[in-house]
Amino acid sequence: MTAISSNTDLHIRHIHKSFGSKAVLRDLDVSIKSGEFVTLLGPSGCGKTTLLRIIGGFEKADKGEVALGEKIISNHSPNKRPVNTVFQSYALFPHLNVWENVAFGLRSKKIAESEIKTRVQEMMDIVQISDLTNEMPETLSGGQKQRVALARALINQPKILLLDEPLSALDANLRKNLQRELKTLQRKMDITFILVTHDQDEAIAVSDRILVMNGGKIEQDGSPEDVYEHPTSRFVATFIGEANILECKKESENKVQTPFGILEVEKTPNWENGGVAIRMEDIFVYDTRPEKKNVFPAHIQERIFRGDYWEFLMDLGHGVVLNVMTDPDEMYEPNTDIFLEFPKEYLQVLRD
Amino acid sequence: MTKSKYEVFEGKLTTRAHMQRTGSLLSAPGMLTLLVFLLLPIAGLVVLAFMQRGAYGVIDWTPSLENAKRLLGFSSFGWSSDNLLIIGRSLLLATVTTLLCIAIAFPMAFWIASHKPSTRALLLAFVMVPSCTNLVIRTYAWMLVLGAQMPPTWIARAIGILGETETLYPGQFAVYVGMVSSMLPFSILPLYTSVERLDWRIVEATKDLYASPLRSFRHGILSQMTIGIVSSIILTFVPSLGMYVVSDLLGGSKYMLIGNLIQQQFGAASDWPFGAMLGIVLILASVLSLALLQKISKGKSYV
Repeated sequence: MTAISSNTDLHIRHIHKSFGSKAVLRDLDVSIKSGEFVTLLGPSGCGKTTLLRIIGGFEKADKGEVALGEKIISNHSPNKRPVNTVFQSYALFPHLNVWENVAFGLRSKKIAESEIKTRVQEMMDIVQISDLTNEMPETLSGGQKQRVALARALINQPKILLLDEPLSALDANLRKNLQRELKTLQRKMDITFILVTHDQDEAIAVSDRILVMNGGKIEQDGSPEDVYEHPTSRFVATFIGEANILECKKESENKVQTPFGILEVEKTPNWENGGVAIRMEDIFVYDTRPEKKNVFPAHIQERIFRGDYWEFLMDLGHGVVLNVMTDPDEMYEPNTDIFLEFPKEYLQVLRD
Repeated sequence: MTKSKYEVFEGKLTTRAHMQRTGSLLSAPGMLTLLVFLLLPIAGLVVLAFMQRGAYGVIDWTPSLENAKRLLGFSSFGWSSDNLLIIGRSLLLATVTTLLCIAIAFPMAFWIASHKPSTRALLLAFVMVPSCTNLVIRTYAWMLVLGAQMPPTWIARAIGILGETETLYPGQFAVYVGMVSSMLPFSILPLYTSVERLDWRIVEATKDLYASPLRSFRHGILSQMTIGIVSSIILTFVPSLGMYVVSDLLGGSKYMLIGNLIQQQFGAASDWPFGAMLGIVLILASVLSLALLQKISKGKSYV
């Protein structure tokens, strides 16, 4: 490694893992900087949870290594890693009250009782569960359990906190609140957070960086804006947000042939036949033909009111129907003819 | 919000009172059976226990505390420790049997649960099959196996546990082999059920929170198995307490247990009232041990 790395950067090198004959992770290679909030995003079965479990030490990789700074920790058992986990559905100790749950890690490390007392109190204040001290886990609501699980992990001052779909069991409103809190908490404590989720909105809302995973590989690695605005693969374009994918032929350097005409794009495709993605909010609608490039006539097939936007099904002829979205005050009548502009900066040439 | 008189149960709108009526009706046959075949006989037993044996085994219906005194060892010949020793010996046999059974059943439950589901069913069947044979026949089989002409005895002699003329049967060792082998299925089943239901994420959580193997076992595994362990102890201890056939056959009829004593009163001695008193003591001992166990398992410490 040539780059200077802090000693708590996490390096995952050429990890391979299969269960039986099924490969779950294939030669996965990624580094996570200290203090980053990284999300592993992907559909179920993409290997994200397995990767998290390998980092936590609950699963051993078949090949490759995990290093924290210069230190290789692949062979350390979970209780020897400066890593703590917020488990899916929390896995609180059912026989211990909230206070004892939070104190568990410190008790394991045989910290002095007086220090345990102050640190537990401090932690419970931070995640706002001080009034639950004597409650048993079974009496808590989902959100409260979530906070206890967070406190139980964070009190150990880990270098890395792993979160396995921590919010998936909560209802939408609570989830949004907790997403904000997670983000604030992470900033305040300056700990690397690695979150696993299949919820793209959640990933976009909380992360500094998203690793989109599919089929045991990282499909795309970038900031939420980057992954959303510039998907590089068909999978990412459809998994994150809804994108229209145009099936194209390469025409020349910066031009592709769609069924309805020739589009100018920014990036030269590396294929002969492939896909170009455009988000539904990035296609512009005009009553009359504007003096611009990449403009095509279309027919409004259907109009759906979505509350904060209008969704249209636009028929471009030649069997191409696209989703287009406009602001609530920008309204067009169904069964009318309009013009659509595909600004070339929004056209994403997908790889192969 | 005021509580509605109506509730939905199994998709039907109903009232609590109606559900209670239906419930009583449905449970009536079971309740009646319990009343006729359990509660009434026990009540009879209690009454009988405070009567006396008349001439030729006829019951003398004059209430007295004679049987209670006899039980504690007082008789017209002065005090003797015999009866208390018998009760103590029975408790000891049941306790040791239970401890041995749990010690063997615990790892076995984990071992069975570690297999794939179809193999598990087969292994459980192997555990249960011996219980399908008659207890006496099984015990006779042990008499043969532990006899002087069989390999276990040769081996024990060869490695010097037994002297040249000693045998495994009859004796304490044979009694415990017989007891443990007949009670083991009942200790394995509840333990196996709780092992199968273990939430392994809680075990992982203990490891994630730096627990040593012992601490992880205590808080991750034992804490989740309390109910299984308690059921296992109950199912082993209570039947062991009254069992005397095994001890008679494999111990060479040398040790009197409470079961023998009761059997004697209702048989040869024709002293039903004293037998009833002993029976009550046995029931009380079982109930008390259950209550004790309940209390321990409800306490904060789960070990």
